[in-house]
Amino acid sequence: MPKALLYDSTACIGCKQCEQACATQNQLRYDDTIAAEQVQSDHKLTVVLTRDDKFMRRLCMNCNDPSCASVCPVGAIKKTSSGPVTYDPAKCMGCRYCMVACPFSVPKYEWGKLVPKVQKCTMCPDRVAQGKPTACAEICPTGATKFGERDELIAEAQKRIRDNPGNYVDHIYGLEEVGGTSVLLLSAVSFETFGYSTKLSKDPMPILTYRVLSHIPDFVPLGGMVLGGIWWITHRRDQVALAEARESVAENPAKSGAENRRNR
Amino acid sequence: MARSTAFRFTFWKLIFLVLMAGGLYATFIRFTQGLGASTNLNDQFPWGIWISFDVLCGVMLAAGGFTLTAAVHIFNIKRLHSIIRPTILTAFLGYILVSAALMFDLGKPYNIWHPLIMRNPHSVMFEVAYCVMLYTSVLALEFSPIVLERFGLQKPLKVVRAILIPLVIFGVILSTLHQSSLGTLYLIVPEKLHPLWYTPLLPVFFFLSAIAVGLAMTIFESSMSAKHFGLQLELPVLQELGRVLVVVLGIYAILRFEDLANRGALKLATQPGYEMYLFWLEIFLGIIAPLALLLQPRIRSSPNGLYLAAVLALLGFITNRMNVSITAFEGSTGVHYFPKWTELAVTGMIIAAGFGLFGVAVKYLPIFPKEELAPEPAREAEAQLGVSAVTENAGD
Repeated sequence: MPKALLYDSTACIGCKQCEQACATQNQLRYDDTIAAEQVQSDHKLTVVLTRDDKFMRRLCMNCNDPSCASVCPVGAIKKTSSGPVTYDPAKCMGCRYCMVACPFSVPKYEWGKLVPKVQKCTMCPDRVAQGKPTACAEICPTGATKFGERDELIAEAQKRIRDNPGNYVDHIYGLEEVGGTSVLLLSAVSFETFGYSTKLSKDPMPILTYRVLSHIPDFVPLGGMVLGGIWWITHRRDQVALAEARESVAENPAKSGAENRRNR
Repeated sequence: MARSTAFRFTFWKLIFLVLMAGGLYATFIRFTQGLGASTNLNDQFPWGIWISFDVLCGVMLAAGGFTLTAAVHIFNIKRLHSIIRPTILTAFLGYILVSAALMFDLGKPYNIWHPLIMRNPHSVMFEVAYCVMLYTSVLALEFSPIVLERFGLQKPLKVVRAILIPLVIFGVILSTLHQSSLGTLYLIVPEKLHPLWYTPLLPVFFFLSAIAVGLAMTIFESSMSAKHFGLQLELPVLQELGRVLVVVLGIYAILRFEDLANRGALKLATQPGYEMYLFWLEIFLGIIAPLALLLQPRIRSSPNGLYLAAVLALLGFITNRMNVSITAFEGSTGVHYFPKWTELAVTGMIIAAGFGLFGVAVKYLPIFPKEELAPEPAREAEAQLGVSAVTENAGD
């Protein structure tokens, strides 16, 4: 069954221990300067945003049907059945289509390196495979980030909104966005405040390109037939003309080509 | 001829050397310090001019190859036969340069072969990679008779001629696929692309404009060649291309504005702003100006009029590709992108290399022969019989 993360921003105290744990898990540096940064980057895969007294995490949403995995020409990005969207830097050729395609603009690039990688939260695939929670969920002191079965977390999120409707915006972010994600968010204020678009389609994005791509196997033989047919017809005229020319040349070698044409 | 062009040749040679030197220095920076140091790209703007111009425009400008081979070999329009070699040369060079440019843009260029074995059929980029790879091979084969002829290699020449028609058909299919797919690339980002440019019809528009640009590029390249190599201008042929260009531009314009109206985006074209100005620049250069020129018989039949219309159309559709891949993203990302000098220098070097290689090829290979060797057995037989009926009658 697919796993997921439920982040309830009303329970978050902004301690940023998730940021620290994430950096450790992904072997990235973490210090006070990096802690103060309020953007996701190649060295900061998750960030706790602060607006007034409200907090909101940003991390890879690990979509159910991710654009990044769909667009990757070499299949370096994969959606696993247990939830994480993984990345294999050995396959990656660095085309950065994943960065362009991601509806949440999550993947970041190591612009400063000569052998650059894409960097994004991959939902701790090794830990999840061992049945352990993600590093961020394990460290969270208040349970604001909770790891579990996606179905159960959705039920719990719905219950929290039902029980305390005044505390939440009536919206589980990630339940339906781009066909659903493995990260679910609850918030007391509009998601737009933290840059989460609420206008995203409820359908997975990859269908937009696959709708076109899926016609290629039909198009190739059909196109070949049509073009071949046109060639056959246009050149048949030549052959007829040539045969007629040959005949009349055989009959009367003195006759000119122009006359042949007129005779035809 | 050599006398009159002596000074000009030196002048262009100087420009060429300056562009090459700047490009090589930028290349050094790119491959010793990485993408961050050599570009203005960042996490908000991961694709810049190397994708917009070098790849998107590069592939588009090389579209004359499939347009003309289809017209001559499939539709049997023999009048166009005399310009097919320079057109194939332009296309072949175009694809080689696109591949070269990709080596600059890819983060790990030495992995460029990965799509060969690591396949993801759901990826438009995968499909484009395969089509471009295969079509470059097709172009190499379509180009090969010129080289084989030069060295008098009859046996391989026979083989290529025997497979020419299936090869041309395969090339047209591959071109249709990847020219349109460069538009499909952007279908997955409806929320990021400005509605003046995001439309489900992007693949159709990319394909149609590739045909228009293929024709315009052929007019441009023939006019330039006539000027610089002292050749006879194939005016009737170019006039024919000009007429077809009118029709293609007309179809494109109607579809483009119908689509804007149907999506309710037409009102955005009247809201003053950055996007509106660049949209109308694209429409004016690519559609309005060339159509206004080419619809006048006097201008359409003059070499300079045709040349001007072709250049305007080229600039218009270059603006279109830049708009789709740069302008349309700036609103949603909130970032203004302008290329760094190193990006411009690499692009300049690639353009210079294109012109340079074209000149070298014309000098050493039979690109502009008076009488081309006919690939069709019909024409060979016709030549033996001394019958001109077929040629005169063709294409009517």
